Amino acid sequence: MGLEQFKNRNVGTQNYKTLDVGVSPQTGMERFKQVAKRTVKGELFVGLGVVMKAMVKALFADDMHTVKYPFEKMPISPRYRAIHDMLRLLESGHYRCIGCGLCEKICISNCITMDTRYDENQRKEVSEYTINFGRCIFCGYCAEVCPELAIVHGQRYETASEQRASFSIFEDMLSPVDQLNLQQEYQGFGAVSPNADENIKQTPLAY
Amino acid sequence: METTLVETLPHVTWVGVLIKAILILAIISAIAGFGTFIERKVLAWMQRRQGPLHVGPYGLLQLAADGIKLFTKEDIVPQNANKFIFMVAPIITAATAFIALAAVPVFPDFTIPSWIPLLGDTFVPAIAADLNIGILFVLGMMAAGLYGPLLAGMSQANKWGIIGSARTAVQFLSYEVVTGLSILAPIMLVGSLSFVDFNSYQAGGITSWLIWQQPVAFVLFLIAGFAETNRTPFDLLEHEAEVVSGYATEYSGMRWGMFFIGEYANMITVSIIAAVVFLGGYSEGTLGLAILLKVAFFFFLMLWVRAAWPHVRPDQLMWLCWKVLMPIAVINVVITGIVMMV
Repeated sequence: MGLEQFKNRNVGTQNYKTLDVGVSPQTGMERFKQVAKRTVKGELFVGLGVVMKAMVKALFADDMHTVKYPFEKMPISPRYRAIHDMLRLLESGHYRCIGCGLCEKICISNCITMDTRYDENQRKEVSEYTINFGRCIFCGYCAEVCPELAIVHGQRYETASEQRASFSIFEDMLSPVDQLNLQQEYQGFGAVSPNADENIKQTPLAY
Repeated sequence: METTLVETLPHVTWVGVLIKAILILAIISAIAGFGTFIERKVLAWMQRRQGPLHVGPYGLLQLAADGIKLFTKEDIVPQNANKFIFMVAPIITAATAFIALAAVPVFPDFTIPSWIPLLGDTFVPAIAADLNIGILFVLGMMAAGLYGPLLAGMSQANKWGIIGSARTAVQFLSYEVVTGLSILAPIMLVGSLSFVDFNSYQAGGITSWLIWQQPVAFVLFLIAGFAETNRTPFDLLEHEAEVVSGYATEYSGMRWGMFFIGEYANMITVSIIAAVVFLGGYSEGTLGLAILLKVAFFFFLMLWVRAAWPHVRPDQLMWLCWKVLMPIAVINVVITGIVMMV
């Protein structure tokens, strides 16, 4: 199928299918019949039945849509780009960042600032690491470029605060040492959300 | 036609009527407020939402929060409005709604026990003003209540208000004919305009209810009642998607609240009329529980319909009322007359 079919704007020459909308009444008697038929057909009661069913299901089958947000939260997609997390190595508990500076280089809004030095073992150590969240556009390049999967986007999307800078302290972004077992590995770009299967529903076309 | 046994009833004093009036005012305003809560809950459930939840248990204190909000809001009168009419219009709606309730049997009658000082042994009647033309009075008062939206819309120097009041006039002219004609057939059968006579006519249990003799009139009255109370299939006056808020666009605070209370009091009035005229009214032995259930059903029906149905255009309303409902009502009256004569 080429583009020609879409570029053809002459309505009526395409292979459109006409919906069967019935015959519209011509004479007065036909119109009267249509009104009488629609009056006694009881289609309106179908609507009443639908909402009543919805109410009964909502009340007794727990089929509510409401998420009481601050108290319960929906799982968010792994692709979601929220406040960054700095991950640790599971074996040693040391942070994964090797101080290569790629994230600082690739950052298109120049919001990552880092400084490194050699520690006593001649291993590169991150002495300064800040992300200016006033400028960060959450593009995700830093997470994509990181060779060690050290900087990833986390799940902290509630970023209302008096100062956005308070999210950017390196120690805060680092996953806590005592909760290393809870550290979530980055699923990668294109990962589906954990409840993706539940979210698949039949398109409600039927009435 | 047997007359109501006025002689057997205790003497109705003005104190009793006054107590009844205060009771109606207090209880119906409270129920109207509670009705908004019920409406929000039921609508929420029908849309698979929760409704008010967090203020008080089950969100019940949401009412109080809303009341405080309404009372403390600034009362704004627009610069170019006709100030006097603008300020009087909500009072018309609220007042006529409650005046209409004066002639309606709201709760069963009772006598204040004699150990209460000052008011002991006072007989409080079921109807504050037991008129022998009760139905006529109530319908007339509810019709007069439409002056509220009409004047409000025209006085507020707002285009949406003007459209809202124009729609009020359209709606008023359309449904009022149907209301009168639909209820005419039951009136012919009973031979009286008094609610007490209607109640005693249907005293013989469910089979003697007028809905079985007058199903068409019942449906017509229900439709007209929805139009009368501006409920959803016919809420042209203030439909948000079309005319912002219609006649209530410029209103804020307690003046808007008065429209609101008036609307809910009207809903209760129409529910009571439908229950008394068609569904047997208040039976003696059930402590007023029967009428309460019936009124609650009609109130719920209004919310139910609001959740389910879209609303009609003004021209569709006129078409429906003048070309469909009025002929049916007239035919119903004629057939009722023929059946009565034969």
